[in-house]
Amino acid sequence: MYLCDDNGIEFTPQAGIGAPVWCGRATDGEALKDFAAAARQVGGRITAIWGSDERQRGGGFRLHCVFGLERGHAWVSLELPADDPVYPDLSAIFPTANRMQRATRDMVGIASTGGDQRPWLRHGGWPADWYPLRHDAVHETGVGAGFENLPSDYDFVKVGGEGAHEIPVGPIHAGIIEPGHFRFSVVGERVLRLEQRLGYQHKGVEKLFIGADIARGAKLVGRVSGDSACAYGWAYAAAVEAACGVEAPPRALALRALLLERERVANHLGDLGALGNDAAFAFGLTQFFRLKEDWVRLNAKLFGHRFMMDCIVPGGVTVDPDTAALAAIVEQCGAIERAVKELRELYDEHPGLQDRFATTGTIDSNLARELSLSGMAARATGILLDGRAHRQGYTPPPPYAALGVRPVTDERGDVAARVAVRFDEIQESLRLLRLLAVGMAAGETRIEVAALAGASGLGVIEGWRGEVLVGVQFDGEGKLARVHPHDPSWQAWPALEHAVMNDIVPDFPLINKSFNLSYSGVDL
Amino acid sequence: MIPLLRHIFRTGILTEPAPLAEDGPQREIDRLHDEILHILGRALTIREVDAGSCNACELEVHALNNPYYNLEGRGIKFVASPRHADMLLVTGPVTKNMENALRIAYDCTPDPKLVVAVGDCGCNGGVFGESYASCGAVGNVVGVDLRIPGCPPTPLALMQGILAAVRISK
Repeated sequence: MYLCDDNGIEFTPQAGIGAPVWCGRATDGEALKDFAAAARQVGGRITAIWGSDERQRGGGFRLHCVFGLERGHAWVSLELPADDPVYPDLSAIFPTANRMQRATRDMVGIASTGGDQRPWLRHGGWPADWYPLRHDAVHETGVGAGFENLPSDYDFVKVGGEGAHEIPVGPIHAGIIEPGHFRFSVVGERVLRLEQRLGYQHKGVEKLFIGADIARGAKLVGRVSGDSACAYGWAYAAAVEAACGVEAPPRALALRALLLERERVANHLGDLGALGNDAAFAFGLTQFFRLKEDWVRLNAKLFGHRFMMDCIVPGGVTVDPDTAALAAIVEQCGAIERAVKELRELYDEHPGLQDRFATTGTIDSNLARELSLSGMAARATGILLDGRAHRQGYTPPPPYAALGVRPVTDERGDVAARVAVRFDEIQESLRLLRLLAVGMAAGETRIEVAALAGASGLGVIEGWRGEVLVGVQFDGEGKLARVHPHDPSWQAWPALEHAVMNDIVPDFPLINKSFNLSYSGVDL
Repeated sequence: MIPLLRHIFRTGILTEPAPLAEDGPQREIDRLHDEILHILGRALTIREVDAGSCNACELEVHALNNPYYNLEGRGIKFVASPRHADMLLVTGPVTKNMENALRIAYDCTPDPKLVVAVGDCGCNGGVFGESYASCGAVGNVVGVDLRIPGCPPTPLALMQGILAAVRISK
């Protein structure tokens, strides 16, 4: 079948019960570019770009692009010759393709014909002509071994004009937060431009997947971004299950949704507290962090881990809560719902807080579409996009299809909107948690998954930030040949650059927190 | 303002020692608080450096300041500059891209300084280990006084570790 009125690429649906994915091969670079343009035309998004080295399997290199469309995701691959792996630049169609293209070049050594050509993940730790994800990229490890770690210079875009100056921030930030560099160009207090330089968290995760078995992959994927352990775990499990042609049992799927919603609530609670704190309302931090602590303590009690790491694995889940545990979840939902409702009133009626939140860090839905933004931040511009909810032509994967998820939107696009969406999403998640706990399916929680040599799969999950996606390829021996985890922060970081424009420097921490993006998830 | 104050009043002081029978951690937190105060008798300032973590360790370090653990309420404070810090609390693995920044932060911290490596990754490289992109354990880059294992370590383990590091330095 064909997608989005483009007849250049024929697609076949991915088997299985995961989020709808169509797989297709572009015959050449132009066909890929045409498809990208057609996807953009119908309001599609670029969700992920990565590359793989197929030379050991009788090919050259392969470029993978995933597009988010109304009815699901289109996974397009493009074969590239081993001696000249070049593909047409997609950044003119999808601006957020830029950083992904740069990362693909740094990691696999396949390059786009245009767009930004500065390195992204490679700072000074390895040579420019050495590509970590190529199979012949061997290196020594250990202290003092391997490549010399050279200091790296980066060509930031300069902003000129009278009174314009730069404020460099990071990589180590003032708070307890991940490292990254922000270069502000300002006049007085007003931000003219923010340019981010990331990659400081790059710890070689993708290379570690190569040659690993399914279980080791599950361990790694849960630590791509610790705040989204369940989303990554599920996306990876969905990809592996789709590749190997197995389906997790209904009880496992319901428990996965239960874990994912608990992860969403935990993060939203923490963010709402931190957002109050960044507007000098310490009361908010104290109150919400109290609720979050109650929440994660119950996680530890019921699932053995405060952040539910390693609970979701290919084939099912490793937890099996009994009736008493499910009752405890329902009871806690009631307590948290009451407390959050009260706190929301206090937030809504606090003039100082609302003054900081309203009209600060605004992006509109046009920009959000332009940047292929997904998730909570996109919904806070009014875009009705939630992988858990039904929409025209799209049926969410189980168990969400039967839950009737009500997606939350807010059209203001500012910090206040991202606060409001979080409040509403907590309520919705609590409703879903009750439904899941009360109607929990009986049966087994885990089945065996045998790796299928040469198979591949793609998993997409609506995490608390947005679309979390994991692409998986097996090699001829049933080991992982390539795993690409993709965080929604790839698209949201550029949105943050736009959101701070024309706001004042002291509002940056607040705006940044309102997105709360993952560094580790994009630096890998 | 009145509803706000009412809410604060109703919430009460959660850090007070009034643990329920099954509330084990709370008793331990109070004991640790007392011990920290006894040993230090003054403030301790910590600069947290994320040198390459997956951010789960940061979530638990954040939790130290929630009202249950209330670390700051006991005079242990997280500061923005290493120049103001007595202790570096470093999560890992140390990426190649953060190696230099960590060394600079270490050099900026006045002597005598304590360095605590946090999490399995900070202790020994964890699931990420050493690679072209990772230096592995914090101890591979700067001198470490104490290691707090865990993936991530719980807030309680973090408090115990911070206390143990101070004790070692005595």
